[in-house]
Amino acid sequence: MAKQRAFDVTTLPGFTFIAILSFVLLYAPIATLVIYSFNGGNSVNQWGGFSLQWYVVAFNNEAVQDAAARSLIIAVWASVISTVLATMAALGTTRRGKFKGQTVIYIILNQPLMVPEIVTAVALLIFFSSVKVVTGYTGLGYLILAHSAFCIPFAYLPIKARLEGMDTAMETAAADLYATPWQTFRYVTLPLLLPGVIAGAMLAFIISLDNVIITEFVKSAGQDTLPTYMLGQLRRALTPEVNAISTALLALTVLILIVFVFVTKKRE
Amino acid sequence: MSQRRRQRTKGANGWLLSTPALILLVFAASGPLLIVAIYSVLEKGDYSGVRWILSGDGWFRVLFERDIFDQTVSLADANLSIFWRSVKLSVATTLITFALGLPTAWFIATRPAKVRAFWLFLITIPFWTNLLIRTFAIMEVVRNEGILNTALMNIGLISEPIQIMYTDTAVLIGMAYVYLPLMVLPLYAAIDRFDFRLIEAGYDLYASRWQVLRSVILPIIKPGIIAGSILVFIPSLGAYVTPRLLGGGKNMMIGNFIELQFGQGQNWPLGAALSTVLLLIVLVSLVVYTRVSSRDNPHG
Repeated sequence: MAKQRAFDVTTLPGFTFIAILSFVLLYAPIATLVIYSFNGGNSVNQWGGFSLQWYVVAFNNEAVQDAAARSLIIAVWASVISTVLATMAALGTTRRGKFKGQTVIYIILNQPLMVPEIVTAVALLIFFSSVKVVTGYTGLGYLILAHSAFCIPFAYLPIKARLEGMDTAMETAAADLYATPWQTFRYVTLPLLLPGVIAGAMLAFIISLDNVIITEFVKSAGQDTLPTYMLGQLRRALTPEVNAISTALLALTVLILIVFVFVTKKRE
Repeated sequence: MSQRRRQRTKGANGWLLSTPALILLVFAASGPLLIVAIYSVLEKGDYSGVRWILSGDGWFRVLFERDIFDQTVSLADANLSIFWRSVKLSVATTLITFALGLPTAWFIATRPAKVRAFWLFLITIPFWTNLLIRTFAIMEVVRNEGILNTALMNIGLISEPIQIMYTDTAVLIGMAYVYLPLMVLPLYAAIDRFDFRLIEAGYDLYASRWQVLRSVILPIIKPGIIAGSILVFIPSLGAYVTPRLLGGGKNMMIGNFIELQFGQGQNWPLGAALSTVLLLIVLVSLVVYTRVSSRDNPHG
């Protein structure tokens, strides 16, 4: 396989063409969206010269500021809660062979990946609306709880993957040297596991930040996050302000992903 | 001492560490699904919500409607057309993403090791990018004043914009666009493990390119194909954002129809019954998937 041959067995007719086409199709719309966020005119598809005016407009829009702040608060809480719980769950379910109830635990942990979001959204709408009536509480807590729950599998999977690649010999050695379980965890397991934990937290953060459907159904009046605010805007007359917000979110996502790749690569 | 400790970290009760996560998930994800099932057999409330009286009306209305005047029962055509559209568009989305995704995954997997990560990253970015942003991006392409129509008109191919927006085609384009990465990633994972010497063997035995693809490559990467198809089909069937923005009010899919029952429609039992149907379809697909993949892949 290593030597170059005139007849390359890995090439299939048309595959390279379709692949390049796919990449172009994937990126052309996003690229256009980004380009028009710098539009000097007020149309989303007629170029009126380069300008940062729509970023200024978005930045000074109070509704956008509120929604962005709310999105960040929820995403930070959700990623912290889900990562802590997912780390515990990964420690509890990984590296111990088969055990009773394993399948059920896996199904519950990964359930948000399987159930269509609209169904969960409706379920939470019903459930939380009765809780709201009983408790009278209408704060951000519901959104934080819902986000923490559906972020768990996204945090769990990278942590579990990292844990599975780790040898138990180090922990056994620590225990043999009379480290308490907590000391073993704090000084041996956790430092080794950290890249997985960071990766999990970052995925959870992105997933929370991007969520539309569940947020739309669970939020109380005046609790728009950036995505639900955008969803509302998309049904009205569009200005490049939406492009500017989208581009900012996109940039944040790409930045987090680059850090993610960097963190998970270090394992080799 | 250390013996006991080792028992504790490796012992049978170690899974207890996962209880906080399980409690949160049961409380804010799995448990409420049960409430949905219960609501589907209750009577509709006057405005919204339900009355705590058992009723089959929610389920009845999934498929049938009763004439207001003479109470005759007939099939609910509007509902059926929504189900049909959802299934049709989801199958079409799965096929399109496969047709584009297989060559793309193949291309990435056959790049030299050094640049492979880069190409994979290019697929990962749209995968993690907000669904709303990607739907918005594709809206800008297919709108009447969008790039596609403007470009076609500028080169003189058409004199008036083609109405794509608010049609099934727009929803299909949008879903294929947003779910393509979900197809590429599992296919890539399968092709990445593929032993390319098998292709060489196929050619040595005088197989044509098509025969190699059909009889060697596809059967071996079948688990990846099934995984990708499930990953695209399930979210397509439950899609909400993409059909809402690209299909408008007239081209609803099940997801939008469910939302309607909890919004303007104010028929929570019907909405709950529809949600349960969607959930059951997903469960069946997952069971089929596990059966098929465990049969094909006995070594894990």
